[in-house]
Amino acid sequence: MAYRIGLDIGSTTIKCVVLDESGTVLYQSYERHLAKVTEKAVGLLKLIDEEIIKGVPAKIVITGSAGLGVSQSSGVEFVQEVYATQVCMKERIPDADVVIELGGEDAKILFLTGGTEVRMNGSCAGGTGAFIDQMATLLGVTSEELDTLSEDAEKIYTIASRCGVFAKSDIQPLLNQGARKSDIASSIFQCVVNQTIGGLSQGREIEGKVVFLGGPLTFLKGLRKRFVETLNLGENAVFPENAQYYIALGAAYYAGTLQPVLLQDVLEKIKNAKPAKRDSSVAPLFASEEEYRGFCERHGKAGVRYLPLADYAGDAYLGIDAGSTTTKIVLVSPEGDILYQSYTSNSGNPVPLVKAALEEIYSQSGGRVLVRAAASTGYGEELIKNAFHIDFGVVETIAHFTAAQYFNPDVDFIIDIGGQDIKCFKIRGGAIDSIMLNEACSSGCGSFIETFAHALGFKAEKFAKFGLFAEHPVDLGSRCTVFMNSSVKQAQKDGATVGDIAAGLAVSVVKNALYKVIRANSTKELGEHIVVQGGTFLNDAVLRAFEREVGTEVVRPSIAGLMGAYGAALYAKARAGERSTVLTLEELQNFTHTVSVTTCNGCTNHCKLTINRFADGGRYISGNKCEKPLGVKQEEGGYNAFRYKYDYLHSLRAVSGPRGKIGIPMGLNMYENLPFWHAFFTELGFEVVLSPHSDRALYEKGQHTIPSDTVCYPAKLLHGHVEALLDQGIQTIFYPCMSYNFDEGLSDNNYNCPVVAYYPEVIGANIRRLSEITFIKDYLGLHRRHDFTKKAHAVFSQYFSVSKEEIRKASKKAYDAYEAYRQMLYAYGRTVLKDAKQNDKMVLVLAGRPYHIDPEINHGIDLLARSFGVSILTEDCLTVRSSKRKAGVLNQWTYHARLYAAAHYVGSHDDRIQLVQLVSFGCGLDAITGDEVREILESYGKIYTQIKIDEVTNLGAVKIRLRSLFAYLDANKLAKEKKTR
Amino acid sequence: MAELKYDKTGRLLFTKEMKREYQILMPQMLPIHFELIKNVLRLHGYNVTLLKGTDSESIRRQGLENVHNDTCYPALLVIGQMLDALKSGKYDLNKTVLVITQTGGGCRASNYIHLLRKGLKRSGLEQIPVISVNLSGLEKNPGFKMTLKLIRQLAMSAMYGDILMLLQNQVRPYEIIDGDAARLTDRWVEKLSDEFKSGGALNQKAMRAHFKEIVKDFAAVPVRGEQKVRVGIVGEIYVKYAPLGNNNLEEFLLSEQAEVVVPGLMDFIIFKIDNRIEDYKLYGGKRPVRFFARKLMSYVLHCQQIMIDAVRAEPKFYCPKGYLHLKELVKGYVGYGAKMGEGWLLTAEMLELIADGVNNIVCTQPFGCLPNHVVGKGMIRGIKTKHPDANIVAIDYDPGATKVNQENRIKLMLAVAKAKAAEEKEAVKTVEKRNAEAPETV
Repeated sequence: MAYRIGLDIGSTTIKCVVLDESGTVLYQSYERHLAKVTEKAVGLLKLIDEEIIKGVPAKIVITGSAGLGVSQSSGVEFVQEVYATQVCMKERIPDADVVIELGGEDAKILFLTGGTEVRMNGSCAGGTGAFIDQMATLLGVTSEELDTLSEDAEKIYTIASRCGVFAKSDIQPLLNQGARKSDIASSIFQCVVNQTIGGLSQGREIEGKVVFLGGPLTFLKGLRKRFVETLNLGENAVFPENAQYYIALGAAYYAGTLQPVLLQDVLEKIKNAKPAKRDSSVAPLFASEEEYRGFCERHGKAGVRYLPLADYAGDAYLGIDAGSTTTKIVLVSPEGDILYQSYTSNSGNPVPLVKAALEEIYSQSGGRVLVRAAASTGYGEELIKNAFHIDFGVVETIAHFTAAQYFNPDVDFIIDIGGQDIKCFKIRGGAIDSIMLNEACSSGCGSFIETFAHALGFKAEKFAKFGLFAEHPVDLGSRCTVFMNSSVKQAQKDGATVGDIAAGLAVSVVKNALYKVIRANSTKELGEHIVVQGGTFLNDAVLRAFEREVGTEVVRPSIAGLMGAYGAALYAKARAGERSTVLTLEELQNFTHTVSVTTCNGCTNHCKLTINRFADGGRYISGNKCEKPLGVKQEEGGYNAFRYKYDYLHSLRAVSGPRGKIGIPMGLNMYENLPFWHAFFTELGFEVVLSPHSDRALYEKGQHTIPSDTVCYPAKLLHGHVEALLDQGIQTIFYPCMSYNFDEGLSDNNYNCPVVAYYPEVIGANIRRLSEITFIKDYLGLHRRHDFTKKAHAVFSQYFSVSKEEIRKASKKAYDAYEAYRQMLYAYGRTVLKDAKQNDKMVLVLAGRPYHIDPEINHGIDLLARSFGVSILTEDCLTVRSSKRKAGVLNQWTYHARLYAAAHYVGSHDDRIQLVQLVSFGCGLDAITGDEVREILESYGKIYTQIKIDEVTNLGAVKIRLRSLFAYLDANKLAKEKKTR
Repeated sequence: MAELKYDKTGRLLFTKEMKREYQILMPQMLPIHFELIKNVLRLHGYNVTLLKGTDSESIRRQGLENVHNDTCYPALLVIGQMLDALKSGKYDLNKTVLVITQTGGGCRASNYIHLLRKGLKRSGLEQIPVISVNLSGLEKNPGFKMTLKLIRQLAMSAMYGDILMLLQNQVRPYEIIDGDAARLTDRWVEKLSDEFKSGGALNQKAMRAHFKEIVKDFAAVPVRGEQKVRVGIVGEIYVKYAPLGNNNLEEFLLSEQAEVVVPGLMDFIIFKIDNRIEDYKLYGGKRPVRFFARKLMSYVLHCQQIMIDAVRAEPKFYCPKGYLHLKELVKGYVGYGAKMGEGWLLTAEMLELIADGVNNIVCTQPFGCLPNHVVGKGMIRGIKTKHPDANIVAIDYDPGATKVNQENRIKLMLAVAKAKAAEEKEAVKTVEKRNAEAPETV
């Protein structure tokens, strides 16, 4: 037997193991390859050949997600990495039942006993090593420090476990609100655990002897702890020593079956291999240095004057933009000259940075400068406003618009790419007309480039420079971060240089903004006077890619990264009084800031509150979904159709009857059809038992049986509802399949969406315990009342003895109850509209699906909207008064038809009624309805606002949208008043 | 030049005059089938051109720019392919019409045609009419009629496609002379298309005879080698069939030394017809609709049976047992009411593959495909419970998904498949060995 070599080339690291004839490990190594896959592999092989095996032929196998390319060029056999793991287990831990392996970008579970099964994370799931790295960067620590931090954790926050981007938007607000880093660290690990279990177990229990492998699980104790605790493993958790080498080891074992080769030959082959032709690449950003210089000159013109603060005396205005990853502070003179500026990475907490900046301003100005007013904006707007007694808070969109106008009064399109957000808005008639923010799924913006630069071992600035003159920038597609990660992996495999990747990322960020967020297809649509801003545009590669992509020259102010703060300062200037309320130097000296966390028990939401306390006794509470914990009384008056409907449905009482209990899971269609089924079964003598109110815990209860991780959150929740009913000991559960919904005469057909229609099939096939009880999931059609009795009788008599007459009577009751419910909603709609008219109040139609009224699904958007003093209606309170209209799309879904009808209704009425569309992430149909609703509203000259909702509980982005909407309406109203005057 | 006429709702119509003057562009999905279908349409006086554009980069770009990015990937590709063709300068934009299928079901796919129109509008090509091909009576056009004869002949051309695809897949991995099977397929497509011109080959008698010859021809291709690992492909219809949609999945599997098994198109067509009958059973409905559906279904079933009989006659070929068998298999898994997208048929196809010993399956879907949450990914657990040996991998396709990730997952499935195959071979050997040794010990 000869030497056996296993080479494991993963997405971020390269691992190698050399075994001798007896199976003793002669050599092992583990290092990051920083995208230089081939070089590293060659280096390793050379070393092994010269130092370890000394030119003797050896059996060698390559494995790992980035190893394929090297395998192809070297002619060395490739083995799939999960399979290698399996081989290794057979040798090392033959009695293992389950293997959980986390790698740089992959997460895998192997079930070894009881039917071998292997699972890898889908393409939309990132809770892995790279994700942890990203999160650590976000907190400004290394992964090791993150691990240490997690030791002191006191509590765990809910962080969406779907993918890195989602989690990021949960963590960011926590950071900005001042939550403890150690708690966040632990929460990050917990979210990786949830992701692994939820995403990969798919209905199979993780039990028996569980072996944990891979880098993150080897190095991060905190992560291990979370796994062991969550899975309740105790002694059954195995963390083998040198676990990070196990895949390479498995490959080495596998190599035993092959013929030995000379490593020199292998190296020779790699050397002679032609670099693989890449599938796709784009043109270089700059052809020459000259071109670049011209470009720089042109953009150098959009500048601001600077006056040294030390020489200045007079009035000044302060603007603070506490962004997601950076804090920007600007002090301007009445003429708009910058007296002071700072742009710092906030490492998760902007408060000390602002304090330091203020102290510096005070010390430099030496009492000669009077701050007349100050304004804060950005994610941390309220925290900063409360901490430092800032005069005004301004929504980010308005701040950016104000700044852009300074540079180009004719500006009609602004695009801002920041660390976390992409914001675009069109300007029409001097007001912000339409706003586009990136949805949670594409928010991989500036901080993504930065994280990537770090991962490859460079500073962001240097990384950007590499890209400028790269010869073959890679085409990385235009989707979210996780996909880009894999695209980069592919590019690495194909031998792309760091520069090619840097340039590719720049192009990708731009495409993401244009095609994903703005969805533009020509520059004409954007506008003639485009101003670009946000820190990401300071990257010349991004700016160049943008101009190239839109085919026009744009204005990038020299202070592109400071525009929010600059705009806030100008905003403050326009509203300044005699003197700002901002803390004085003296007050600053006594300033302290402490943070604690608690759970609000004001309602079933159980918000995790973060309480910031300041030296002057001031407090700032965040994490709340409503105003309750703030001690503010809810504004009197106004209506909330979300609450009204939700309370009504949950008030439907169970009446005990001779036929016993029947359980109904409260999700999806049941939010529409419950009045029907409740009356139907009550009349038949069943006690109708509803599943409990949804919350995160309920979701987690059912998480392990979800087979498709990209289905919408409302559907995922159903697993928890059914589990809860089973826990209650319910013996009969009713959840019917329904291709069709009620026909309301608004559309050409009356379909449900495929998920709503057939989710009972998924529940039936994936929740094992259902086989022990009666689960009624038959196909029923409420749309053909005439046939219903006969068809329903055939269905139900399979399960219990019932006469046709009984069914007929029950269905009459049911149809009546449903009709009464609909009429009740219409009446409510009329009341709300009348009230609004009489009291000149605003009505917001939160238009989505019936199940969007579930607080766990909407995360309290209705309450947030109510806090602006508006009444809330839903689309189904309106539709009776609209008639069927032609839609630009095939209008054949009952729920969609209501959306279109509601849009027509709102469109044809005055500005007191507005529509905001709620869309569940993953709802493919809403890709169609969203465009259509937008077109309808815009045809009436109304603004369209869409809010995407998912597991993410962060309402920050929602707030921005709603505030921008109201700001727009205010501006509109002002403009109209001016006109009439 | 033909006058532009609109219906009451403002939809641009395809007129009889246009039928004479216009060139009809048809998107690609199943290369063999669609070539034949194109020729049937030509026989009926439609000047059809089948789009062959395979520059996936430019097609994808057209799609991304003109279709909502969250819409499913097939829509993006189909529409991208058509817009890409229109903008290629090869066609007279005042004498071109597009054709697209519309299932009329509860899936997003029914809306492709509207998304296509939006894309045309965005591109300033509003003068181009779009013909909807459907059996639901949606969007009628004076210049295009789904006559009974056309439907019958389309069904027959699809049958020819199915048998050619079925046999080519079984011969190709083993052919001694590279390209033999593909050349034979091409020859048959050419021969049939030739006959179609004069209306030949499009009756059951001719079909029966041709099927026999096709089977004989494929059986005569010289082959060699051991049985390779067989891998079934199921999924959303476009990404299952179209190389453009699935990153050349079949070629990849072949290069990995697998034999590909792809269920035919005919089952899908019968499924869509049968849905009318099932709907009637479940909810009640109009009798004439059911009557028509039953007639059509029994006709198509008969055609399918002719094919099955022809292939069965040659023992070396594998042949699925047909639609009714599929329907029987899926009982206890998904209800017949699940009809949107591929509906229960998708689950049934996986079950049939497993029942026929093809345990290794790639279940393809566009990223976020709604019906596949249910009938694809949603049913894998149930299938595995009853068939622990099933080795199914679900692969998502979209413009951002990278080939390397997809292939890595497929490779994992293949590694498991090959290990299993080796194990079985070993087991067979041991038994043989024991049998061989047995007499000596006696």
